Amino acid sequence: MTFTAKLDLFEGPLDLLLHLVKMNEVDLADIPIATITDQYLEYLDLMKALDINVAGEFLVMASTLMHLKSKMLLPKQEQDLEEIEELIEEVVGPLREYKQFKEAAEGLASRNILARDVFRRASDAYLMIGQENHGTTSRVNLFELMMAFKKVMAKQFPDTVLRFKAETWSIKEKIAEIKKRVERQKTLYFSELFSPKGSLSELIASFLALLELVRVGFLAVYQPKPGDDIMLEALH
Amino acid sequence: MNDSLTLIVESLLFAAGDPLTPRQIHALLPERDLKEIKEILIALKAEYEGMKRSFTLVEVAEGYQFRTLPKYKPYIANLFGSTPTHLRRAALETLTIIAYKQPIMRQEIERIRGVDVGGIVRMLLKKGLIRVVGRKPLPGRPIIYGTTKRFLEIFDLKDLSSLPTLKEIEELDNGEEE
Repeated sequence: MTFTAKLDLFEGPLDLLLHLVKMNEVDLADIPIATITDQYLEYLDLMKALDINVAGEFLVMASTLMHLKSKMLLPKQEQDLEEIEELIEEVVGPLREYKQFKEAAEGLASRNILARDVFRRASDAYLMIGQENHGTTSRVNLFELMMAFKKVMAKQFPDTVLRFKAETWSIKEKIAEIKKRVERQKTLYFSELFSPKGSLSELIASFLALLELVRVGFLAVYQPKPGDDIMLEALH
Repeated sequence: MNDSLTLIVESLLFAAGDPLTPRQIHALLPERDLKEIKEILIALKAEYEGMKRSFTLVEVAEGYQFRTLPKYKPYIANLFGSTPTHLRRAALETLTIIAYKQPIMRQEIERIRGVDVGGIVRMLLKKGLIRVVGRKPLPGRPIIYGTTKRFLEIFDLKDLSSLPTLKEIEELDNGEEE
């Protein structure tokens, strides 16, 4: 298996070029093209030797640089000089623009970054389940209740087809039980309604009992957020 | 001296955690003047700065938010135990280009950085630092990106216009044009 590393040091050819410019302590305005080209190619060789994946962009830049270097080595005439100027601008223009953003990025990184340098108050909005005030919650309808029940079913009895048989669990008993718990606890969660080890018929009895209690107006059902556990509260 | 409205606004800022804009506060206090609320916010900010507490009211992401001073960062970092993951350099550069050049399409970011940025753009979208702001009326209708309010919040920026101006490139502005 060969190990290929994503080159982290130089993300792209412009990055590498800027590094070389800096290393040579030269200005972008008068880059020593021949030197920089040689050093650039040396780096590419090194990357290959280290089995680092050299992205295509690096090779495009390499050929641009080599083309430019060869032009500069040849005897020059008036029009050649102009062409060389243009070619240099093709390399240096993007470099200049990139450098500008690189410096701006450093500027951003040195700001007072939230959660690194400065801290805000932790939000406690998630605690808002509301006792009296249901400002952040919404009433749950039958379909949402059914969906919630389906989830409980799917968890405890996967691959079961619902068939209603003779009731072994009395809905009346369940109604009494839920009433008692809600009165004691004030708020009862939907998920607490079902005992984890309950049989299928017990689950169904509990659910039907809940529906009945909602229908007669004894219970109100709320949900803080879609997807949250449903809350049951006694209406007085 | 603080009147009751000032204290109400203060309580909202304290409880919210998130930056609250004058408009958001106004929506909660519709009987009050927006201008009055803005003035109160400016006064509160000055008041907190004057108190020299460990935290202050900061103008950020077009709103106001209580934040600790940078000085206390080592202590608070210990409180939370873990250091937040920082953006890698490549991601930060990409984000910077988007921030300054928005609305911008991916192709243009790649032209500036000289490398593919697809993965980074996806990551920045996922982190909620950038968003899709529309499509350019060009062949293929390319997606254009911009930064989010969260970006402003994280980088301690009041709004986009308070991004530091890009440094002029001295060496080439000296008569290089023409």
